[in-house]
Amino acid sequence: MVLVLALGDLHIPHRAPDLPAKFKSMLVPGKIQHVICTGNLCIKEVHDYLKTVCPDLHITRGEYDEDSRYPDTKTLTIGQFKLGVCHGHQVIPWGDLDSLAMLQRQLDVDILVTGHTHQFTAYKHEAGVVINPGSATGAFSSITYDVNPSFVLMDIDGLRVVVYVYELIDGEVKVDKIDFKKTTTPTTLTQ
Amino acid sequence: MIADGVEDEEKWLSAGIAGLQQNAFYMHRALDSNNLKDALKYSAQMLSELRTSRLSPHKYYELYMRAFDELRKLEIFFKEETSRGCSIVELYELVQHAGNILPRLYLLCTVGSVYIKSKEAPAKDVLKDLVEMCRGIQHPLRGLFLRSYLSQVSRDKLPDIGSEYEGDADTVMDAVEFVIQNFTEMNKLWVRMQQQGPAREKEKRGKERSELRDLVGKNLHVLSQIEGVDLEMYKEIVLPRVLEQVVNCKDDLAQYYLMDCIIQVFPDEYHLQTLETLLNACPQLQASVDVKTVLARLMERLSNYAASGAEVLPEFFQVEAFAKLNNAIGKVIEAQENMPIAGVVTLYASLLTFTLQVHPDRLDYVDQILGACVKKLSGREKLDDSKATKQIVALLSAPLEKYKDIDTALKLSNYPRIMEYLSDGTHKEMANVIVQNIMKNKTCISTAEKVDALFELIKGLIRDLDGDSQDELDEDFIEEQNYVARLIQMLHSDDPEEMLKIIQTVRKHILTGGRKRLPYTVPPLIFSSLKLVRRLEGQDESVSGDEASTTPKKIFQLVTQTIEALTSIPVPELALGLYLQCAEAANDCDLEPVAYEFFTQAYILYEEEITDSKTQVTSIHLIIGTLQRMHVFGVENRDALTHKATGYSAKLLKKPDQCRAVYACSHLFWLDDHDSIRDGERVLLCLKRALRIANAVQQMSNATRGSSGSALLFIEILNKYLYFYEKGVSQVTVESIQDLIKLIRNEMQGETSPSDPAADAFLASTLRYIQFQKDKGGAVGDKYKLIIV
Repeated sequence: MVLVLALGDLHIPHRAPDLPAKFKSMLVPGKIQHVICTGNLCIKEVHDYLKTVCPDLHITRGEYDEDSRYPDTKTLTIGQFKLGVCHGHQVIPWGDLDSLAMLQRQLDVDILVTGHTHQFTAYKHEAGVVINPGSATGAFSSITYDVNPSFVLMDIDGLRVVVYVYELIDGEVKVDKIDFKKTTTPTTLTQ
Repeated sequence: MIADGVEDEEKWLSAGIAGLQQNAFYMHRALDSNNLKDALKYSAQMLSELRTSRLSPHKYYELYMRAFDELRKLEIFFKEETSRGCSIVELYELVQHAGNILPRLYLLCTVGSVYIKSKEAPAKDVLKDLVEMCRGIQHPLRGLFLRSYLSQVSRDKLPDIGSEYEGDADTVMDAVEFVIQNFTEMNKLWVRMQQQGPAREKEKRGKERSELRDLVGKNLHVLSQIEGVDLEMYKEIVLPRVLEQVVNCKDDLAQYYLMDCIIQVFPDEYHLQTLETLLNACPQLQASVDVKTVLARLMERLSNYAASGAEVLPEFFQVEAFAKLNNAIGKVIEAQENMPIAGVVTLYASLLTFTLQVHPDRLDYVDQILGACVKKLSGREKLDDSKATKQIVALLSAPLEKYKDIDTALKLSNYPRIMEYLSDGTHKEMANVIVQNIMKNKTCISTAEKVDALFELIKGLIRDLDGDSQDELDEDFIEEQNYVARLIQMLHSDDPEEMLKIIQTVRKHILTGGRKRLPYTVPPLIFSSLKLVRRLEGQDESVSGDEASTTPKKIFQLVTQTIEALTSIPVPELALGLYLQCAEAANDCDLEPVAYEFFTQAYILYEEEITDSKTQVTSIHLIIGTLQRMHVFGVENRDALTHKATGYSAKLLKKPDQCRAVYACSHLFWLDDHDSIRDGERVLLCLKRALRIANAVQQMSNATRGSSGSALLFIEILNKYLYFYEKGVSQVTVESIQDLIKLIRNEMQGETSPSDPAADAFLASTLRYIQFQKDKGGAVGDKYKLIIV
């Protein structure tokens, strides 16, 4: 069992002062094995903070990130799953599932994590999953109205991944759970 | 010579210990054989060692402790003697035959202790006798230790209330009288020490005396432990008598130590009830006494007492503690003209802590204290003394920490006035404290007036103060500015009118910040403005035809002028992003001309300022992505903007970037949810153009490397073909898709094509997708079944 935190679009300090205190108290060091951040942190302090949550940190670059060394896309393998990360402003139309699915095929991954729209979504597509963890600070977005702060925890266990979505609604943290099973996909057969 | 002195002292101490041990040995033998006469003889000889004047207090103490241990054994022996029938009165007479006065008095105290215990005479008589007899020793060091011994052996034998030595004749008054007398005598000896010996060793003596101070202070501790000393007795007898001695001794070391001792050993409620007496003593102390520390310690204790529970607070009100302390501080400061400013501020900081604890609701008191501070600071240069600065920061931080709310501090008229006296560095430090306090307590500042006051207060962060304009951006500066950016998020009013005023106020302040700060402060303000625009979006503008009312249009004007400030810096990438955000907000408000203007500004920046090829790629994606979402534009405007965007895409430096941007542009011509934007011809044009670029990439690769490049771009374009085919763009035909697949296979199987696992995997997953769609059935399935792979 591996816990992967996925979050992004914090936009600190341009659009939000900080992560919600309730989230901070949940994200204690030592519980999470990998952090995936889709980008737009935007400043070093936030990067340093995420490092304290878990040193195994994978970040892609959002258009407002001051650190230009983050890559546009990144892939990593966790257990039986291959994951792809991309901020998503490069994928037009923004947030369009079919276009994201194309990126997923291009990166050849089981799970694609993207951001940019500040809207939590999780789709099963073909044999894979496309996840957008939303904005961890509930930052203003020109794409999405009334953004609630949200992030995603993925519990990867064998061929199964359980996606927990944490959303802060009116000061209360709501948790939702989505279950995905990986069938022995052609991805692995052809390789 | 000093080294010699130390060596000699060691020698004298060992000689003293040797003499003491030798006589103690004989004394033990005498004790073992119950030989009273010999016991007295040798114990007197043993105690004679304490007659030395050669040892420093520290060494003398060592010798004294050894004698003390031996005397305990002797005391036990005396007790046994009396139980064997020896009369204690006789014994008390007998020990007085010792030849030397010092051994005689030690023995007398020892027997006296047994005498009191035997209760054959009233305790008070024995105590009185002993404390009087001890006057016989006037040598300060020897006298202090002797009386310390007396204090030690008599401690548990005082006729206190509830003690077994209390009786008709013995009252607690006798106990108090005895301890005060012993204290008075000890203090006199202690003070006299300072005046003895050559003047050049004054400092050394001061140090030695310091080592002895606890012997004197111990008496006050004993007093505080006497049960019978209630508030009444403390107020009427103990405190006046002790203070009398303290004031009259006219010795600064003693006065400072004993005042502090009084404050520390007696209970808080006593201090509160005798506040006036205690404070009145302060101006009577020697000018060199550090009265401000004494007062600060007193206020600290009282503050802690007040913090112990709300039930004690009425006591404070009843005795008007604030007025008394404030008055006393004023007098002390007035009397000591040369008091350094750090001292003044320390005093006021202590009083402020006290006030916040006792009178949290009395903001006027707080302001009064700050005002008194301002008065002392006025007419001076800005503070640069580090101690004073530290105290000022403590003074100004205290109300913030107490009220956890900058609102309160903003109500204090003297608060900003004190800030004026801070050096630029301290001003900034204090501003940081204020900002972090707001962040920590999540204080929301909700009126323009308060925002104005706040930004004036923290101006050290907002703009360069005189003479501090360095150009380099160090880490501290960046962190500070990021804090200011966060702060801007904390300014919020639910009333749109007020919110607009807040935005205008912030804008006024941050525009004075200069080019270093604007990139940090402008974006949060723009997003605050856009949030306000969104709140107003639902409102019908025609209803509120009022010129002065808050409308999106008005905000957009403000926003435009604010972003313009960035263009001089220049940070074109940031400004471009902001313009596009605004364009989309204008789009949501159905303001076509405004949106078009924002796009124009973004394009001008793209054309004139953004020269770095990597930045161009990011910017063009943002432009296409935003433009794709715009529905406000009429045909003409839309054509102008899409035409430009496609043009920019085809002019990117790297061919693959060109190719990707161009195929992304295809989405500008086909919107699912927009009937008027469905131009299949131009979609196809974009895709074909992308194909041509991909071909050019291959040719270039063949020419420069002698092998064809990756087929990735072709596969990407194939996916776009499939995308639009699925959407029903009739210009994208089955044949064109099949041709493209054939082309890709050729590219990948060509003799010069290198192995490319990424392309292999991408093609495989694309073909798998086609199969997947075929298997889906329905309309989509039927469509895909036409594609023969």
